[in-house]
Amino acid sequence: MQKKIDVGPVGYMPQSAPMMGVELSPEGKALLYGNVVSEDEAMRDAAKALLTMQNPTIFPGPMVLWDWKDDVADKSAAILELASEIPNCKIIPMPDYRPKYPKIDVKAEINPNHPNLTILDNKIKACVFIGVHCHYANLTLRMIRAGTDCYTVAMCAEMGHEEAMASIRDVHASDVLKFRDILVEVRKELGIEHTATMPPENPSLPKEDWGDLTPADYGEYRSLIMSRKGEHVAEVE
Amino acid sequence: MSLDKTLLSMDELLKLPREKHFITGAQAMSEAVKRSSTDMAIAYPITPQSEVMHLVGDIFAQGHIKEYYRAEEELGTMSAIAGAARGGVRMFTATSGPGLLRGLEAIVSWPGHRIPCVLGVLTRVINAPLSIQPDNLEMAYLMHSGIVMLHAENQQDTFDFTLAAFAITEKVDVYIPVSVSTEGFFVTHAKGYVEMMDEKYAFEECDPYKAPVPAMDNEVPPARIQRDAPVQKSNFMSYLIHSVWQQEIWDSNQRAMKYMYQYIDGPIEVQNPGSDVMLVASGCAAAQAREAHRYAQEEGLSVGFVKVKCIRPWPTDEIREALKTAKTVIVPEHNIVGWLCKEIKGCIPNGGIVLEGPRVYGGMTLPVELIMTEIYNALGMDSLVLQA
Repeated sequence: MQKKIDVGPVGYMPQSAPMMGVELSPEGKALLYGNVVSEDEAMRDAAKALLTMQNPTIFPGPMVLWDWKDDVADKSAAILELASEIPNCKIIPMPDYRPKYPKIDVKAEINPNHPNLTILDNKIKACVFIGVHCHYANLTLRMIRAGTDCYTVAMCAEMGHEEAMASIRDVHASDVLKFRDILVEVRKELGIEHTATMPPENPSLPKEDWGDLTPADYGEYRSLIMSRKGEHVAEVE
Repeated sequence: MSLDKTLLSMDELLKLPREKHFITGAQAMSEAVKRSSTDMAIAYPITPQSEVMHLVGDIFAQGHIKEYYRAEEELGTMSAIAGAARGGVRMFTATSGPGLLRGLEAIVSWPGHRIPCVLGVLTRVINAPLSIQPDNLEMAYLMHSGIVMLHAENQQDTFDFTLAAFAITEKVDVYIPVSVSTEGFFVTHAKGYVEMMDEKYAFEECDPYKAPVPAMDNEVPPARIQRDAPVQKSNFMSYLIHSVWQQEIWDSNQRAMKYMYQYIDGPIEVQNPGSDVMLVASGCAAAQAREAHRYAQEEGLSVGFVKVKCIRPWPTDEIREALKTAKTVIVPEHNIVGWLCKEIKGCIPNGGIVLEGPRVYGGMTLPVELIMTEIYNALGMDSLVLQA
């Protein structure tokens, strides 16, 4: 297979994948190195990368981090199951899309405005993006291809991403579980022994304790939750 | 939608049986808006757009759209369109010539902000001395903004393209604005036959959560989006994010090409490919070129015709294929700079075969005889004798 899109670093100012002629896969198909292939073929290659490259990492985005619609909890649970089957897999969230100034904590999160910092600092050589809005996923994947040697997998709820080495489209919880099953199969073929374990707690994240939460903890969002003078808010939506 | 309409996908809507009506281009555009489940329209009046937005005001009063107001000027209009669209509602506006240029600062920011909306451009002279006449020079200013641009030849195109634009702009892999241009007065104020589906059918309502960016919702993070412009910093990371962001706008524009095939029967129309002389035109000039092509067929001349429906994304491959054996290319236009001529010259390997013109501007009509003269000259015939 000719690799139209390959692991970087591609260089200072690379042409985008769509401008190189890569088109999104039709329904029921996937993209592998910019070529339209079956979903199984793309998943097998992605699984092999996650099992054989250093520091495999899953980057969940806002759409699977917040329980904002019916199917999200199932999909998030499936992502945890997938992570548990990948030896030494980390989970680093992309909680929102705001650039982090003055400095991002690259151990704690990844950000679409400078995703290469998290990839490079953690020496991540294979990763999965899931639950990231398409615009920000495209920016992220392009910057990673430009400046790092990381193999990228996009698991997209919509139409997929040209910039990823492997792009799976229309992803629901069942597709994540299918990917998990294929990954387990590939792992056995490669002779890698592994007992499923949940990823460790991220030590860089503060311990969550909501018992003594004050408005100050909401930082810039404080004005959204604080009642006006004299106003009594009995319940929120 | 306050009226009891049957909502359909755009594919289903376009397959419905149609009835023929004799209406103006302005009516055709507002009839498309009527069937689009537009949530809100905002506009500031300017001739010749006023006719369209007056009619949109009428359909608002009839309950076909939920909200409509007249803004204070075009920059405010276009800024309000952006805010409302990012709030997750379907938007329509229209403008003309100087109004487009006044709103341009906001319009060129739309693609980067991922604003799905439909912009009607009813073309008008933009330069001094003041004139309200048709001339499509303003389209040249839109060509590098990143937005998808359709150019309607007649009243039927104006209806079809406007309706299709609502579907294209909200595709998750596109999600940038779509403009539908047509010539002021020549199309907007003239009547033609338009085949339309019954107005009890409309395009399904927009789903703001099926989008490549989060709809703005101040109660759900992330609430701050583009205001946190990473590009306002002076460092390499800021330059890098801006560069890939710009690439993403043009990638989105390019991805719209497949929808040209799905909704408007391809980005170009070709008749008699392989002819020695090819006429290439867009918008109202295509109607005149079509007529010149008909004359040429009657006279047995080797003349073909290409109508360019989609200016952005530019149909490079399709144009190259259509013109690959042409010896001369004639590009009639309604502007002085010849923006279509430049695009065609730039996209074929032998750009020297493209003639400059004929062009009319300032409101001048484009007589078919003007195009025929160029055809006769290209074929080495004595045009004065023939036209006499």
